[in-house]
Amino acid sequence: MAPPKNRRPGFSRKAQYSIFATYVLAIAGAIIGALLLLISILDPKGFSALRMAGAEATAPIGRFFNSVRRTAVNSSENMSHYWDAASKNKALDSKVNQLEREVIALKASKLENERLKSLMKISTENDIKIVTVGRFLSTSASSGRKIAVLSVDSTNNLKAGQPVRSKDGLIGRITETGLTTARVLLLTDTGNVVPVTRLSDGLPAFATGQADGSLTIRPLNLGENPFSNGDILITSGNGGLYPPNIPVATIVDKINDSGKAMPIADPATTDYSMVLEIYEPEARELLQEIVEEADTEEEGAL
Amino acid sequence: MTNLHKNLRKKKFNLFTKKSRTYESRLNRKHSLFKMRAGPIITVLLGSIITTLPFFTNLPLLPPFGFMIFIAWRFMRPGIWPMWVGLPFGIFDDIFSGAPFGSAVLIWSIAMLVAEYIDSRIIWRDYLLDWIIASLFIAIYLTLNLLFIGLIQPLPNPLIILPQILFSILLYPLVVRFCAHVDAWRLRQ
Repeated sequence: MAPPKNRRPGFSRKAQYSIFATYVLAIAGAIIGALLLLISILDPKGFSALRMAGAEATAPIGRFFNSVRRTAVNSSENMSHYWDAASKNKALDSKVNQLEREVIALKASKLENERLKSLMKISTENDIKIVTVGRFLSTSASSGRKIAVLSVDSTNNLKAGQPVRSKDGLIGRITETGLTTARVLLLTDTGNVVPVTRLSDGLPAFATGQADGSLTIRPLNLGENPFSNGDILITSGNGGLYPPNIPVATIVDKINDSGKAMPIADPATTDYSMVLEIYEPEARELLQEIVEEADTEEEGAL
Repeated sequence: MTNLHKNLRKKKFNLFTKKSRTYESRLNRKHSLFKMRAGPIITVLLGSIITTLPFFTNLPLLPPFGFMIFIAWRFMRPGIWPMWVGLPFGIFDDIFSGAPFGSAVLIWSIAMLVAEYIDSRIIWRDYLLDWIIASLFIAIYLTLNLLFIGLIQPLPNPLIILPQILFSILLYPLVVRFCAHVDAWRLRQ
C-alpha cells in the first residue's frame, strides 16, 4: 500500500497541529483504556451492567445458533447409535444385568445407612433447592478466562455466587445477572476454587481451574501425593457456597504434590443446567465478613 | 452472434470497451457515504460479537476476530479511521470478550499508534510483510490479554494461548480477503 498523503503536512501550521492533535487523542484513548483496566482490577464487577446489556442484546443470536447446533449434535448422535448396534445391544444387556444387582445392594446399604443415622440422631435432610433452569449460550472462547452465558426465563431470584450444575456434575457459579441471562464463572477458570473431597475416603482438597479445560487438585495436607488415576472428586460443602456431594472431576494425572483432573460436567454437551441456592448463605456471609476484616487489618498493618 | 459479442454484451470483456467504471463517480450516481463509512465499522463490530455464538472450547481457541479485522482494515486502508478509534471499538470488544474491561481499549489504542509508527518506518510493504507485522500484532495482543487476566486472578499457564496464536495467524489472510471484498463492495456504485 502506498503511504497516505496527509501525513506530510509541509509548512502548514494548521495541518501540523491537526496531525499532532490526532496523536494526542490516540494517547488519551490509551490512557482511558489503562484507567478502565485499573478500575476493573480494583472492582472486577464494575462494568457488569454494560456487559450484561451486551449479553442481553445478543442473546437471541446465541439462542438461535444453539438450537441449530443441538439439532446437529443430536442427529449425528442418533446416527452413530445404529453403528454396530447388535454387539452394542449385547454389551449393554450384560451391563444392565450387572447394574441391577448392584442397585439392590446399594438400596440395602442406603436403608442401613438411614437406620444408623437415625440411631445416631444425625439430621442429613437438607434439600437443595433449584432456583431456576437454563441453557448455556456461549463461552468466552477467545479469552483466557472461562466465562459462560446462561440463558434463563427470568433472573428474579438469581444472585451472584449461586452454584450451577448439570445432571452430570458441577459447572461453576454465577457472577453477574441480567434480565434473562447470567454470566457463569466455569470450574476451569483460574479464579474459581472449589472445596472438594475424594469420593472414596473423604480426603479434603481444593480444585483450581487451569483455563485449559483441566483442574489442579491440591490436597489440604501437603506432602505425599495421595491421588491415583480415576479418583472421583465431589464437592465437600465447605465454605458454604457449593452444596456437598455434587460430582466435580476425575483425576487423570499426577503432577508433583497435586493431581490433574478433568471436570465431569461439560457445558458444551449439557442440555439443561440447574442453578442451585447457595448452600449455607449465613455461613457464607460470616466467612466473607471475616475475610474482609482480615483484609482491612492487613491494610492497616501496611 | 459470436461468443465474443455475447460476452461483450454482458460486459465480461473490458478489452474493447471502456475502462471499468465500477468504482468511479458518475453523473447522478453518488456513492453512498453511509455504505462507505459503515461497512468497515460493522465488520469490526461483528468480529467482536462472534464470541456470542455457541463456541465451547477448553482452550481459548477462537481467534480475536474483532482485533484481526480491525488491523486488517488499518493496514489495507491507512487513514480510514481517526486515531482515537481504538477507544469506541475497544469498549465494544470488552463488552463481549470476557477479558478484564479496558484491556481492549488500551491495546487497540496502542495498536493504532504503533501502526502509525510502522507506516512511517516501513513505507512500501508487500503482502507477506503485512502478514508478518499483523502476526506480531496478534501474538502481542493475545499475550497482553492473558497478562491482564493475571492482574485480577491467578495467571493461567501462558502456553495455553499458543494454539490460538497459531490459529489466528493462519486465519489472518482469510480475514484480509474478507475485508478486501467488503472494501470492493462499499466503494462500488
